[in-house]
Amino acid sequence: MSTAGPLIEAQGLTKRYGAFTAVDGIDLTIGEGEVFGFLGPNGSGKSTSILMMLGLTEPTDGTVRVCGHDPSRNPLAVKRQVGYLPESVGFYGDMTGAQNLRFTAELNGIPRRDAEPRIAELLDTVELEDAANQPVGQYSRGMRQRLGLADVLLKQPRLVILDDPTLGLDPAGIVWLLGIIEELSARQGIAVFLSSHQLQEVQRVCHRVGIMSHGKLVLEGTVAALTAQTDAGGFRITLKVEGANAALDTALAALPSVREATRSGIDVVIESDEDVRAAAAAAVHEHGSRLLEMRANDRTLEDIYLRYFQEAVA
Amino acid sequence: MTALFFKELSDHFGRRRFALLLGLVALGLVWGAFVDLGQLASSGRQFFFLDVFRTTAGVPISLLSFLSFFGPVIGIALGFDAINGERTQGTLARLLAQPLHRDSVYNAKFLAAILTLALVVASMMIVVIGLTMFRMGIAPTGEEVIRLVGLGLVTTAYLAFWLALAITASVLFRNTVTSALASIGLWFALGFLITLLGGVLADRVVPDIETADDAVRHVNIESWANRVSPSGLYSEATSILLDPIGGRALNLFTIEQGRLEGLLSTPVSAAQSLQLVWPHIVVLVGMIAILLAASYVRFMREEIRA
Repeated sequence: MSTAGPLIEAQGLTKRYGAFTAVDGIDLTIGEGEVFGFLGPNGSGKSTSILMMLGLTEPTDGTVRVCGHDPSRNPLAVKRQVGYLPESVGFYGDMTGAQNLRFTAELNGIPRRDAEPRIAELLDTVELEDAANQPVGQYSRGMRQRLGLADVLLKQPRLVILDDPTLGLDPAGIVWLLGIIEELSARQGIAVFLSSHQLQEVQRVCHRVGIMSHGKLVLEGTVAALTAQTDAGGFRITLKVEGANAALDTALAALPSVREATRSGIDVVIESDEDVRAAAAAAVHEHGSRLLEMRANDRTLEDIYLRYFQEAVA
Repeated sequence: MTALFFKELSDHFGRRRFALLLGLVALGLVWGAFVDLGQLASSGRQFFFLDVFRTTAGVPISLLSFLSFFGPVIGIALGFDAINGERTQGTLARLLAQPLHRDSVYNAKFLAAILTLALVVASMMIVVIGLTMFRMGIAPTGEEVIRLVGLGLVTTAYLAFWLALAITASVLFRNTVTSALASIGLWFALGFLITLLGGVLADRVVPDIETADDAVRHVNIESWANRVSPSGLYSEATSILLDPIGGRALNLFTIEQGRLEGLLSTPVSAAQSLQLVWPHIVVLVGMIAILLAASYVRFMREEIRA
């Protein structure tokens, strides 16, 4: 397998349903071992883009190549190397978890003796070893989602495409899933393409994110780069300071890149272009006040969230 | 594809529809046990093992009529949720994310169901023939065996038609209930309505039967209408196969001709009967091919959304 070239390369990828444009000319490149967050509110064209990457629907216009192959012309070459977890994954309810995985192994042509230890290992990874011999019909949604993850990893993919994997998971489940994703990328070098409408939850594991809105890829880059791209960027730092005085207020407002510093009682709010937490803490110390608490909010992500995600709700 | 084929096969023989399939074989058992063989034997007919399938002596309806009426239910039962069932279950997207061609999914399902039908038809026939042999202490002749194998093939093709119809419905309709109802609706339309309409049409075109010519035209219109219906084709084909003497008379015209030539009292050979049913088999298989091609094209280009 060649390691040269990107795993996903989309150019002007477009899907129209009649007069409605679901995906409007997106350009994307995903490299080996990368975790890419494909974010956007519901109905912004994420799933349709994924379907085109897997050859499950044909693009109206533009091209996409996955692992160097055209998914509509050469779907098998793509599907041998790519694991796909659909939005609402289903299993054969009358078969057990292990039987379902065994069937997937057969479909992938994995010999029995290789498949068995791998299935046991994966069931262990997704913490389903106790439920392995239970019919999937009795599984909870979270368990099915975890079995789905095992199912996707069974073929030892180079790239994993997860369509809204956090949907329907409880907070603990989401933390667990994100941990697994980080591990896949860091330890096994598997690239992860992760779609979600939960920007704030998934962004911490993503090397890069792309934000979809009304079928268009409106922003793309590292979270840090997005900060620079957005005018309203910057940080809001909130502090609780015991024994604050006017001299401290002046000193905080005078810190480099600070636009505004306001205080009411012990609460201080600093608006700045850069993260000035260290300097602010030093200033508090110099003025003989005691710092009780300090927090920095990434304004960019908040703004992005408000602009692209909540408009879909409104 | 083999993995999917064997999974489908084990599904059919698994708990899901086992009762229905077993029911058909059990039916053969009941028929084989209750058919009034004494009455059959005393009628002095030549082809004993063929008559067992056609007779109503001792049973409410002949086994053949039963297959013709209710065989479609089995074909439909094996196919109505083939594709949309996977879709509702959410397994279709996962299945198609594995390295197998879309047509393999389709073919594996169709072939596994066909093999199931063939096995059920064969088991039922073997049960009936076996019971008859046991009760009478005679074995079928070579001639009868050939005709019975022909019957098995035609019956399987007939059930496969309804299977293909149901699989097509399962591709066209997202809901399994809708596809089941659509298949059953078409079963009524193709199985019964066409035959009735054929009679009405014949009465319209030839209102008064005065001459022999009129009679021939009347019957011809009816039998052509019958040949559009798979059930009509099936009854015609089976009567040719199981009734070596009267069955080859496809319409009044051949009866007249046969009488003139004095041929009607002697049976035709199995090879000749097979030659006569060949067109019926070709038409049935053609109908299956048209249905499958239509749903195949639709399925291959369809968007598979989870």
